[in-house]
Amino acid sequence: MAINLKVNGVSRSVPAEPDTPLLYVLRNDLQLHGAKFGCGLAQCGACTVLVDGRAVRSCVTEIGTLGSAEITTIEGLGTIEKPHPLQKAFMDEQAAQCGYCIAGMIMSAKALLDRNPRATEADVREALDGNLCRCGTHNRIIGAVLRAGRDMGRT
Amino acid sequence: MNAPTLTRRGFSKGMGAIVLAFSLDPSELLGQGAAARLPGSLQNNRMLSAWLRINADGSATVSSGKVELGQGILTALWQIAAEELDLPLTRVHILSGDTAHSPNEGQTAGSQSVENSGTALRLACAEARAMLIDLAAAKLGVGADTLAVADGTISAADGRKVTYAELASAVDLKREATAKIAPKPPAKHKIVGQSVPRLDIPRKVTGGIAYVQDMFQTGMVHGRVVRPPRPGSTLESFDEAPIKAMKGVIAVVRDGSFLGVVAEREEQAIRAREALIKNAKWKLGPELPDPATIHAHLKTLPSKDNVIGVKQGPVLASTARVLEATYTKPYLAHASIGPSAAVAEFRDGKMTVWTHSQGVFPLRTELVKVLKLAPENIRCVHIEGSGCYGHNGADDVAADAALLARAVPGRPVRLQWMRDDEFAWEPYGAAMVMQVKAALDPDGRIADWQYELWSNSHSTRPQSTTGTNVLAGWYLGEPQKMGPHTSPPQPAGGGDRNSIPLYDFPSQRVVHHFLQEVMPIRSSALRTLGAYANVFALESFMDELAAAANADPVAFRLAHMKDPRARAVIEKVAAMANWKPSQSGDGTRGRGIGFARYKNLACYVACVAEVEVDRSSGKVRVPQVWLAADAGLVINPNGLVAQMDGGVVQSASWTLYEAVKFDKNGIQSRDWASYPIMRMADVPKVMVELINRPTERAMGAGEGSQGPAVAAIANAFANATGKRIRDLPLTPDRVKTALG
Repeated sequence: MAINLKVNGVSRSVPAEPDTPLLYVLRNDLQLHGAKFGCGLAQCGACTVLVDGRAVRSCVTEIGTLGSAEITTIEGLGTIEKPHPLQKAFMDEQAAQCGYCIAGMIMSAKALLDRNPRATEADVREALDGNLCRCGTHNRIIGAVLRAGRDMGRT
Repeated sequence: MNAPTLTRRGFSKGMGAIVLAFSLDPSELLGQGAAARLPGSLQNNRMLSAWLRINADGSATVSSGKVELGQGILTALWQIAAEELDLPLTRVHILSGDTAHSPNEGQTAGSQSVENSGTALRLACAEARAMLIDLAAAKLGVGADTLAVADGTISAADGRKVTYAELASAVDLKREATAKIAPKPPAKHKIVGQSVPRLDIPRKVTGGIAYVQDMFQTGMVHGRVVRPPRPGSTLESFDEAPIKAMKGVIAVVRDGSFLGVVAEREEQAIRAREALIKNAKWKLGPELPDPATIHAHLKTLPSKDNVIGVKQGPVLASTARVLEATYTKPYLAHASIGPSAAVAEFRDGKMTVWTHSQGVFPLRTELVKVLKLAPENIRCVHIEGSGCYGHNGADDVAADAALLARAVPGRPVRLQWMRDDEFAWEPYGAAMVMQVKAALDPDGRIADWQYELWSNSHSTRPQSTTGTNVLAGWYLGEPQKMGPHTSPPQPAGGGDRNSIPLYDFPSQRVVHHFLQEVMPIRSSALRTLGAYANVFALESFMDELAAAANADPVAFRLAHMKDPRARAVIEKVAAMANWKPSQSGDGTRGRGIGFARYKNLACYVACVAEVEVDRSSGKVRVPQVWLAADAGLVINPNGLVAQMDGGVVQSASWTLYEAVKFDKNGIQSRDWASYPIMRMADVPKVMVELINRPTERAMGAGEGSQGPAVAAIANAFANATGKRIRDLPLTPDRVKTALG
């Protein structure tokens, strides 16, 4: 069966069952690889995407529950040539080691900055507490989100 | 520029030129038995053409056998090559980790890539540049020493120029390196020493294809494997029919006790795996040991004892005070955020495996045994995965994927382990016991140091000499044996890494009880091998001795340390942290120091940590760490700082939270709830300062900060509370017990 989803502003039809987790549809049907499989248990945040602006774990979000919600993935933010301020800040701060967690970090950060553009370090730490990183890149990630917040405030 | 070209078409497009470029014809590697020893990885990959080629457009393509693991190594190697070739970074392309085209540099491990691959590339590129200059000199009819090189253009004093592009067809790199051309002096470095942005970060922050987990090929299908409840179990039976009837299932693959499934869609493979887990019947393997007594159990196992680091001093005075203590470290998981993955394709009798293995050549030797294919029919290609921090599931999942792919010829199979596969089946960093006894003379100096450690192997990686070191091999219908457990020799060492003090003690003895025969729980290389535990014990005991001698921990260390570079990082970090001698903690806050020179031969690192202890909950926090490091010549300062900072945070996580949970039935740590790691809210701020020594050799640094960090945290806890915890991790239960 086919399900219609609205991803990064475009309507897409995917040949998957309604109980299929969104993560696999994004990665395998829509070739949007930014969201990653980390645990499949909503514990690590590597699969984080935005649904109507809210950060959700796509590994446990069944596509049949999404209706006409606006799904945003990291590919919907910007490109290497035209990065979103968050993506630019992560590049400027060199805020990735292996980088596997980074798309999820950026999407959680986007949800935070969209609702609180003046987020403090404490706000960033709290908002990203559910996103695990194993390389120990946390300090640079926090720095990048704060930098993006400043940059977004200026424009 | 190592652009990710991961689709089949992209691969052949991206690699096409290189197929012609790198001469790894085995015949060229033979007949060199009596050749002179060459530095770094040139020793085993002696042809210049194995390392680089000059392209027709005047750019260069360099190749390394080392692979990117998220540590930024390819960026550092890229800088080294561009520097020596006098080419801008944009005109140097770097490729790595392909058994078809790369030099064989074994594993990317032990913080040795800058030293081995970097040395080889530096010398090979310097030599190639000299050859280009000689060709230009002949062409221009002037002396080579009158020529200048910039950006791939060679200029004579009279203004005439020759470009690398014009010389590309004439320069013959199909010859052995001599290593006789001196690389540039550090004072002339323009690219080395700069914080060049990492090659891989832009695509990683924009959702570009960056990992083997992201690979997609036409006709690709999805695999999953089913592992038994605990190691050593055998598959008795399973009900295949209902699995095969599940939507999308293409194949159920069984070979002895190896069991897996292939399906059209990923979620279908996952569901089939879940169904197989429910219906497979296993004859259970041996029970695991009791976790409560695991460290005592380790000490009862048969051991091969190596006595190392012996210094025979004068007989102890009767006035000497003797102190002793025992420390322990649990099994630790690599716990990569992304479970291990591989893509494999079996076509026309040939297997290709895309893998995030740390060593594509060693992996291939194991696949030869598992698949019973000739080496020339197996190609292993490195593609990045989630950070591994040592020997995680990378090689095992590659073998799994190959076994599944063999069952569906012509269809590429992508297999990513599930979270519980990774936690329950990766080889852990070994549990260890460290026992130390030392004598203080009446002047408060250490007169004697006796240290013993017990540890299983930290080295059960692929390329075993007599066994097969990939998981699936042990469960096949014709089961293969695990290879012998090994321990790298001193001075680097394995479980005994950093067990010999760098301090200047008049009398000392270290005994490494290597538990090589019985391994209750599978273990292998986790970042630092034994160094994390040994530095924890050694540096904790230094503080215990300092306290007994009424000495300040910093002053006590300096009083026992002659090495000027070690002294420099200790003094530097004390200044950074505004260390106040002999300042006691206030019951909840305190500070501690830790020092090590990694492997006693790589980078020098000293840390000061500040801790906060919540006495009622027992929770320990580390708000701040200061770190000073000396890694010799710094290739990329920003990258080095990232490795130091990340190492501290990872070590703080190991130290405060981590231990693999198990009971007699099996491994109980199977997700992030049962194996918690450090989270954003608790991450310490880390201040790093580097001591750059441009005239000293560049030393590995990826594992430099974990040992000093655990020691600093443990010492800070003791400083804060007056109580010492000698068993890792510093859990709330242990803290509450210690504080009474």
